[in-house]
Amino acid sequence: MTSNQTEATGVSTGRTEEITSGFPEAGPPRFDSIDAVRTGLAGVDYLADDGISGVVYLADRLAKPVLVEGPAGTGKTELAKSVARLTGSRLIRLQCYEGLDESKALYEWNYKKQLLRIQADSGQSWDELEDDIFSEEFLLTRPLLEAIKSPDPVVLLIDEVDRVELETEALLLEILSEYQVSIPELGTVRAKQIPLVFLTSNNTRELSEALKRRCLYLHIDYPQLERERAIIETRVPGISQALADQVARIVRSIRSLDLKKAPSVSETLDWARTLVVLGVESIDAEQAKDTLHILLKYRSDIDRASKELAGLDTSG
Amino acid sequence: MLDLLTGFVGELRAAGIPVSLSEHLDAAETLRHVPLEDREAIKYTLGASLVKSSTHWPAYETAFEIYFSLRGPGYAIAGDDEDEDGDEAGGSEKDDDGSSLPGKGGRKGKGQGGGGGEGMTPEELADMLYKALLSANSSMIQAVARQAVNRYGGMEAGRPVGGTYYLYRTLRNLDLDKVMDRLVEQARKATGAANEDAAHDPAGPEVTLTPLEERLLRDEYQARIDQLRKEIESEIRRRLVADRGSEALAKSIRKPLPEDIDVMHATKDELVALRKSLAPLSRKLAVRLARKRRHGRKGPLDFRATVRSSLSTGGVPVDPKFRYPRPSKPEIIVIADISGSVASFARFTLHLVHAISSQFSKVRSFVFIDGIDEVTRFFDGVDDPAEAVHRINTEADVVWVDGHSDYGHALTVFWERWGEEINPRSSVLLLGDARNNYHASGSWVIKEIRARARHVYWLNPEPRAYWDSGDSIVGEYANYCDEVVECRTLRQLERFVGELA
Ligand SMILES: Nc1ncnc2c1ncn2[C@@H]1O[C@H](COP(=O)(O)OP(=O)(O)OP(=O)(O)O)[C@@H](O)[C@H]1O
Ligand SMILES: [Mg+2]
Repeated sequence: MTSNQTEATGVSTGRTEEITSGFPEAGPPRFDSIDAVRTGLAGVDYLADDGISGVVYLADRLAKPVLVEGPAGTGKTELAKSVARLTGSRLIRLQCYEGLDESKALYEWNYKKQLLRIQADSGQSWDELEDDIFSEEFLLTRPLLEAIKSPDPVVLLIDEVDRVELETEALLLEILSEYQVSIPELGTVRAKQIPLVFLTSNNTRELSEALKRRCLYLHIDYPQLERERAIIETRVPGISQALADQVARIVRSIRSLDLKKAPSVSETLDWARTLVVLGVESIDAEQAKDTLHILLKYRSDIDRASKELAGLDTSG
Repeated sequence: MLDLLTGFVGELRAAGIPVSLSEHLDAAETLRHVPLEDREAIKYTLGASLVKSSTHWPAYETAFEIYFSLRGPGYAIAGDDEDEDGDEAGGSEKDDDGSSLPGKGGRKGKGQGGGGGEGMTPEELADMLYKALLSANSSMIQAVARQAVNRYGGMEAGRPVGGTYYLYRTLRNLDLDKVMDRLVEQARKATGAANEDAAHDPAGPEVTLTPLEERLLRDEYQARIDQLRKEIESEIRRRLVADRGSEALAKSIRKPLPEDIDVMHATKDELVALRKSLAPLSRKLAVRLARKRRHGRKGPLDFRATVRSSLSTGGVPVDPKFRYPRPSKPEIIVIADISGSVASFARFTLHLVHAISSQFSKVRSFVFIDGIDEVTRFFDGVDDPAEAVHRINTEADVVWVDGHSDYGHALTVFWERWGEEINPRSSVLLLGDARNNYHASGSWVIKEIRARARHVYWLNPEPRAYWDSGDSIVGEYANYCDEVVECRTLRQLERFVGELA
């Protein structure tokens, strides 16, 4: 799906014009229509619903980042990856964690190299030397700056942004609204092309209003039956339609129970793969009971599901 | 269209969803890029700018349906739905589908007139309902919804009742429980028949559905019934919009956001929404409190230190020094009535307080009905307070005699067993409606607690107007409390707990 055939697919890949000052001009739109997003994503094995495809389309049109929230394992990270594949863009990923700082997210000066340069004194004045060692040559580029500097189309994924401290969020704001990075010693680096930006969050922490205001918001919930069935069929090789349907139905029923942790899409897929490996053609109560631990992580949830669904007692 | 959007944004704000100016502008810009006739697309893309919390989505959807609903003569309350044509935006599709349905032909000429639309006999409608649910055909389900509202909603133009009244009337007449049984029965028979065909050996496989199959089937039918219900709601709403206009209707059927729901009178669905919104709410509070603690919070001016440092600037106090705020965090003791009427409120409070327990030096929790038990241990080392609260329901030992609230007994036992442990750093939080079933009040305990503790607060989930009526004796306890606070919604609760920390 990385071809350049805009006409056939409604998805354009790549744009190269250089823009050096002012707000980077949005290039030609990447997608012709919301439907083009949906079918395009399906072409790279990502099944989107109305909300997902609509917001991705809009993000491109408005040149705005998307903040994706939702329960674990519902395809938030995968969405960014799939959009990158669909548009033939490079995926640049900033994995967030507690303690992430500027030097890991944006840039860092290469002190070692600067030191060497100073020691190899070439008779420059200090001013000249200073200019020299604070030039791009001595800059270590980290993901955010890299996304901005890239001449080629980029999808920037800022994954699990809720893990950084509230204060660190501030580092992102300039990029998210201006698509630029200010480096005191060097000036402002502006994007050559506007990257599509996805931020994901598991909602372990409330994000700041400032961040939310800059983003479009997309909540990805557990998929509806039909979509989950389609995801299973595309992502589990060799599964029969009947089994995929049954898996999706059982998972739906399980999610309707009051559990500590509902099964995610990835767990659904793991379960379906296991069933295929075991050669199961149609799930009966016993097989369900024996494999439920793949779908559910808590003992009490497993007991509950077995009892409610199949009238089986697994607690003994 | 932009005017419509402005009205819509106004409604969202009135419903409590915060929409900033820049978000409003983003939404306006959205309308330039998304085809207006695609209502679903408009709903999701506008939502991306206007709603930034998933717990606000249901309120958004309701408002959206009202402001961007299908309009036209077809939805007039009193009209027969045969003569419609001029629907806006995608409405025509629905009508096309409807016209191919059984029972529609013989309708014209019957039942014209005021109440409108007695197109089908009840039997025809019941049959169509059954078939629609059996086949899961969405356009057929939509058509049934429409007919059902016509036939049973009894909607009258200009009548100032809310949508739930019509919904209730329609649903009651459809008797969906019975339809569900019929559907399952039919499936059982079908399996039986299939098995008989297949089983050459008479002692062969069983001829009924397994429990798993039956459960899956029921859940499937339930999903279709839920869809029907949603369609009926939309249908009613559309007609109400046609009758009263968006603005008036939005105001009268505005759904409170989860954080604004009256906890004591919440419906089952509302309680689910409340429970879901509790986690984000407590996280938001924790963030706010952490920030408050880190910044701001300057203590009073430290005069001596200021003078001392001013010596270096010739006695001019350019750099005032502040006393460091006392780092002591309060210690919280929660004593909560968890009897029926106030149970949810107690659970939410315990959840919230423990979710931000890092803001306190210590949190201890007690629950009572007529007996009292300490439940602090349930929260130890548990990441998710919801889990601990769940255990309290099943494991706490709170019934002494009959399981009706007895504040006097519970307080007395508290005082005997734990009274000693209250100290001047403790803030004591009592939760309950103080409806004491005419038992002895035990208010002397509160007086004793007050003498030892830093603060004593009482949170009452009942509206103030009901205080001290019937068997409520909150006034008597109030004599010994710093304050009795009316606390009916999560928003109020959050505010109170936030000020405590
Ligand atoms: N819509 C979808 N289409 C195809 N596959 C999907 C879809 N949604 C989820 N998946 C599958 O589920 C897996 C998990 O998705 P992903 O890792 O993106 O979840 P996540 O939401 O980022 O979870 P976490 O919050 O744990 O990071 C993916 O690897 C993919 O196989
Ligand atoms: Mg992820």
